[in-house]
Amino acid sequence: MKHILAVLVEDKPGVLTRVAGLFSRRGFNIENIAVGETNNPGISRMTITVEGSETIIEQVIKQLHKLVNVIKVSNLSEEPSVMRELMLIKITAESGSRSDIQQIVETFRGKVIDVSPESMIIEVTGNEEKMEAIKLLFIDFGIKEIVRTGKVALLRGTRITSES
Amino acid sequence: MKKKMMKGSAMILSALKEEGVNVVFGYPGGAVLPLYDHLFDSNLKHLLVRHEQAAVHAADGYARVTGQPGVVFATSGPGATNLVTGIANAYMDSVPLVLITGQVPRAFIGTDAFQEADITGITMPITKHNYLVKDADQLPSILSEAFYLASTGRRGPVLIDVPKDIFDQEGHFIYNRKCEIPGYKPTYDGHVGQISRAVKAIKNAQRPVIFGGGGLIRAGASEVLSKLVEKARIPVILSLMGLGAYPGDIDLYLGMPGMHGSITANYALSEADLIIAAGVRFDDRVTGKLESFANNAKIIHIDIDPAEIGKNVKIDIPIVGDVRVVLEALFQKLQPGHTVEWLRQIENWKINNPMPGVLKSSGGTVKPQFVIRELSRLSKEETVVATDVGQHQMWAAQHFIIRKPCTFLTSGGLGTMGYGFPAAIGARLAAPESNVVCITGDGSFQMNIQELATAVNNRLDIIIAVINNGYLGMVRQWQDMFYNKRYSHTVLEGNPDFVRLAEAYGAKGLRAKNEEETTAVIKQALSEKGPVVIDFVVEPEENVYPMVAPNCPINDIIVGSDQL
Ligand SMILES: Cc1ncc(C[n+]2csc(CCOP(=O)(O)OP(=O)(O)O)c2C)c(N)n1
Ligand SMILES: [Mg+2]
Repeated sequence: MKHILAVLVEDKPGVLTRVAGLFSRRGFNIENIAVGETNNPGISRMTITVEGSETIIEQVIKQLHKLVNVIKVSNLSEEPSVMRELMLIKITAESGSRSDIQQIVETFRGKVIDVSPESMIIEVTGNEEKMEAIKLLFIDFGIKEIVRTGKVALLRGTRITSES
Repeated sequence: MKKKMMKGSAMILSALKEEGVNVVFGYPGGAVLPLYDHLFDSNLKHLLVRHEQAAVHAADGYARVTGQPGVVFATSGPGATNLVTGIANAYMDSVPLVLITGQVPRAFIGTDAFQEADITGITMPITKHNYLVKDADQLPSILSEAFYLASTGRRGPVLIDVPKDIFDQEGHFIYNRKCEIPGYKPTYDGHVGQISRAVKAIKNAQRPVIFGGGGLIRAGASEVLSKLVEKARIPVILSLMGLGAYPGDIDLYLGMPGMHGSITANYALSEADLIIAAGVRFDDRVTGKLESFANNAKIIHIDIDPAEIGKNVKIDIPIVGDVRVVLEALFQKLQPGHTVEWLRQIENWKINNPMPGVLKSSGGTVKPQFVIRELSRLSKEETVVATDVGQHQMWAAQHFIIRKPCTFLTSGGLGTMGYGFPAAIGARLAAPESNVVCITGDGSFQMNIQELATAVNNRLDIIIAVINNGYLGMVRQWQDMFYNKRYSHTVLEGNPDFVRLAEAYGAKGLRAKNEEETTAVIKQALSEKGPVVIDFVVEPEENVYPMVAPNCPINDIIVGSDQL
């Protein structure tokens, strides 16, 4: 099963290396990782997607906790949460196919953010299924390049993943 | 709190003073020249080793005996990389160390400068934490954090990499031993509810055993363990790392479990209905085949490191906390169960399954087990034993009677040949009143034999008992048992004459080839000053028994070669 972990870390040099190193050393697989600042100065948040059984995830969480720079680890898959990812996708787009493309983009509430004579760049946000669905639809037009941010997630409601 | 301007080097030495450090183990070089220059005028004791690996092992031995962090200095590049084995060794056995390495000056970092090595990158997976100092102003807080991290929670090595120019940079020195690290909050008190469950489980158990490890020793839990055992009449099994946490000569002690453990210990673990595991990590050398490990037992697992609980073995009652604190709490509420019949059963196992291999040797030679037993018998009660790795290590664990915590130093997790002798050097400085005996092999000794110079130079009274079988014995044993006796590269042809070698270094060299000589040279060595190397020429192809073959159930025990 896939788990989404929210990991609050001290914003110190090498902290990403420590986390990544831990995963490779213990044989855990990171499927996906997104890192960024939080509203608290000095604290960054990593959103890590890992595949594994309950026992493996338990070990992952405990081992992460042991890293001195890790402040808090929460498993967001265990609670109601919202999750999003952003994807930029560059596709072949001759003048003939542009309106078809435009329609797909609208259906998926995406945005065209760049147009050139032979190609377009489209921006989509959403969950995993949405990304896969839109990729599938664009295959026939010709996908030139894809880049994804990795997933980020928050708990639903007023509760927060605080540093406590 | 004092605040003043100081150079980086001075800050380091002041911090060591604040931390009560009495001795540093180290080796100089270009990147630590400024630090060593300050050291020259300081009254801090520095022990100059002959190889940086030995500095770490010596600091490790010192730390295991005193419970305080051992401190190491080394230079950048090769000095730092020479520490790696020692650090990994200390990490696996949870030994508190603070290692200070020099680094190339800040402006040169990342340029492949002369003697640059990314030691923080290299040691990330084998340290509890590490630091690369970016400014002298950071040094005081980094140093106090390093000592705090190394010596609290689950102990471990912490490395501080200091660029050369920072040793000379002026900064504000404010030293505060209390530090707040947001991501580091070890749990010391056990969960009350889990402790009550444990109390009930102990009361209801018919066949309980305590299985203790190195965590007992690090936590200083021996006394409370003895009280608890006495009151509840529960037998005790100790892992290799736990030896000494409970006296090895008391009836309720069953020995070490696992691959070369006692038959009684392995039977008891297999038949127990309750295992109280304290400060252990269920290493594969202990559990054997996991699926058949302790199938009849409920397991209570007490450990300071939550990640150890449930890592290898399924746990029924997990208790995260300091082993001493939790055992105290358990003891307060303890309601002894009925263990009389179980103890009778165990007594029978003991009588019927004595440790093999203690028979007298035939034909004027000497068996290694006899040597260890004589060392044990003739040494005074206050003795620290440091072992190397191999057959001699297992014989030491089986036959040397260890009565007190912090007196048996051995490389348990990493199995590092070359550990024993430098660890004995550290122990020598840590325990001035004790005898220090290093039990080593002809292979292992040669991995750090250069430290004879350190020992001679500092007139360290250490007995180095070389169990000389002419082989990399433990590997030969596996070749004997599992590879058709094809002794591929395990014959140590070309061994030096250890007696003459000792003499060349200025140490005393003695030799024993039979039982009478063994007893005589041990007595003589105990009366000598300075390091004494004893070359015990033992029966070369003796194997270690009992043995549980790898990945077999631990009650499936081979007791001798006729069983193969
Ligand atoms: C640094 C290192 N290299 C290799 C090994 C593998 N190894 C384990 S025991 C052993 C033989 C040790 O020989 P010796 O010190 O003579 O001890 P004996 O087993 O003969 O008592 C070897 C090579 C090891 N544990 N450590
Ligand atoms: Mg040998």
